[in-house]
Amino acid sequence: MTQFFDYLILGLTRGSMYALIALGYTLVYGVLQLINFAHSEVFMSGAFGSYIIVHLMVGKGPGTATWEVPFVFIVGVLSGAITAAIIAWLLERVAYRPLRRRGAPKLAFLISAIGASFFLSTLASKLFNSQTSNQFPAFFRNTVLFSIDGAHVRSLELIIIVSALGMMFFLDRLVNTTKLGRSIRAVSEDAPTAALMGINIDKTISRTFVIGGLLGGAAGFLFGLNYDFGFNMGFVPGVKAFAAAVLGGIGNIRGAMLGGLLLGVVENLVNLVPGFNTAWTDVVAFLVLVLVLMFRPTGLLGERLGRAA
Amino acid sequence: MTESMLGLVDVEVRYGNIRALKGISFEVGAGEIVALLGANGAGKTTTQKTISGMLRPSAGSITYEGSRIDGIPAHELIGLGICHVPEGRHVFPRMTVAENLEMGAFRFKRVDRTDLEHVLGLFPRLQERYRQVAGTLSGGEQQMLAIGRALMGKPRLLLLDEPSMGLAPLVVQQIFDIVRQINTAGVTVLLVEQNAAQALALANRGYVLETGEIVLTGTGPDLLADDRVRAAYLGEEIAS
Repeated sequence: MTQFFDYLILGLTRGSMYALIALGYTLVYGVLQLINFAHSEVFMSGAFGSYIIVHLMVGKGPGTATWEVPFVFIVGVLSGAITAAIIAWLLERVAYRPLRRRGAPKLAFLISAIGASFFLSTLASKLFNSQTSNQFPAFFRNTVLFSIDGAHVRSLELIIIVSALGMMFFLDRLVNTTKLGRSIRAVSEDAPTAALMGINIDKTISRTFVIGGLLGGAAGFLFGLNYDFGFNMGFVPGVKAFAAAVLGGIGNIRGAMLGGLLLGVVENLVNLVPGFNTAWTDVVAFLVLVLVLMFRPTGLLGERLGRAA
Repeated sequence: MTESMLGLVDVEVRYGNIRALKGISFEVGAGEIVALLGANGAGKTTTQKTISGMLRPSAGSITYEGSRIDGIPAHELIGLGICHVPEGRHVFPRMTVAENLEMGAFRFKRVDRTDLEHVLGLFPRLQERYRQVAGTLSGGEQQMLAIGRALMGKPRLLLLDEPSMGLAPLVVQQIFDIVRQINTAGVTVLLVEQNAAQALALANRGYVLETGEIVLTGTGPDLLADDRVRAAYLGEEIAS
C-alpha cells in the first residue's frame, strides 16, 4: 500500500501540472478549433521567466527566511504566469492573427505553430546557454509534511497539487460565472453569433490565449521547482498535456482537468504492475489515450468534435 | 413611408469572384415592417448579414439613422440598436435559456429586469424552459429564444432571417403575431422570408430579390396580387 500511495501522490503531482497545461490547449481549441502546438513553449517560458525573478530575489537560495518563503513562492507563480501570458499573447498576434485575417487554411496554422515552437525553444536555448539542467534556487526545504500509510507527502508535492487545484477551481468559476467567461464560451460555441451579441471576437481570442498562458506559465514554475529544466522541457509535458486534453474531450474545460489528473495518475500507478517500471510511463500514457479514443472518440467528457450545427 | 431609418444605396457584396448582391438599393422607414422576398440564393440572407456587419460590402453605402454604417464590425453595430436574428436561429446550444437571454444583453453592464420580464411574457415557453440547455429545445422554442435574445439587446431595428423556417404552421402564426406585437411596441423590422404570403400579410411593404438584384417592390397587397410574386412563392421561376 505504501507504494500505491507513493505513486498516487507522484501521479497527482504530475497530473495536476498536465491539467494546467492541458487547459491552455483546450481553451484555445474552443475559440479557434486549432491546436496551439506552440503551447509547450509557452509553458517553458513560464519556467524561465519565474526562474529569473526568483533568482533575483533569493540568489542561490540559502539564507531565505522562513517567513519569506510563501512570498517568494507567490512571486514565482505570478512571474511564471505573466511571462507565459505575454508570450502566449504575442504568439496569437504574430503567428495566428495574420493568418486568421487572410482566411488561411488550417494547415497554415499548424505550420505556423510548429515554426513558432521552434523559434521559442531555440531562443531559450540561446539565452540560457543550451543548459538543459537548470535548477531553481533552493529557497525552501522540501520537508516531509505527513505520511499516508508509510508514503511520504512532501511540502512541494502538496504545494503543487493544492495550488494547481486552486487555479483550476478559479478558472472554472471564471468561465462559468463571469462575463469574460461567458464571452469565451459564446465564441467557442458560435463565433459569428457571438459577434452579433456585441462580443469582440479578436479580443476574446486574445484573452483566451492570455488565460491559457497564465495557467501554463504557473505550471512551468511548478515543474521547474520539482525537476531540472531547460529549453527543451516543454516537449514531453506538452505532448502529455495535449494527450490529456484530447482524453478529456478537446474543447471541454473540465475534461482537460480530468484528463490531466487521470493521465498523471495512470501513468505512474502502472509501476505497481509486476514487470512494469518507469520506462513504461510514456508508453502507458499514450496507450490509455488510444484505448479511450477507440471507445469514446470525443474523449471522456467531450460531446462532439467541431462545432454544433 | 415615414422617416427613413435604414437606407442601402447600390450595395454590392462579393464572395470571391461571385457577386452575391449586384448593387441593390432600398429603404426601411422608422416603425415599418419591410419584407425581403425571393428564392433560395437570391441574396436575402446576404443582404441582412451585410446590414448587421457580418459581411462587408465591396461597393455602395448603408446609412442607418443618418450615418454611414458600412464597414462597422458586427459587435459594434449592436450598440446602435441593430439586432440580427440569424437564419437557422443560432442559439448557443450548450448554454441555458437564461444564459442565452443574458447573452442578448451582453452589451449592457447588467441585464434589464423589465426587458427580461417582457421577453418571458411574450414567450411563456421560455419561462417554462428557463434552466434548460438551449440545444435540447424544439425548433419553435429555439426560434422564440433567438428572437427573445435579440430583444434583450433593446433593438430599434430588428433583422429577422426566415423565422418560419422548418416550423409547424401554428408555431409560425404564433411567431408572426409576436413580431407584429414587437413592431407595435416601436421596433422597426426587416423580415427575410420565403413564405411570401405570410410575410406580406404582416409587412407594410416588400422587395423581391432575384439573383442579387431587386426586381419588384410594392406594398404588401400589391405584391400579393402580382403574378410574378405568385409564381415565385409557388416555387416557380420568376419571369424576368
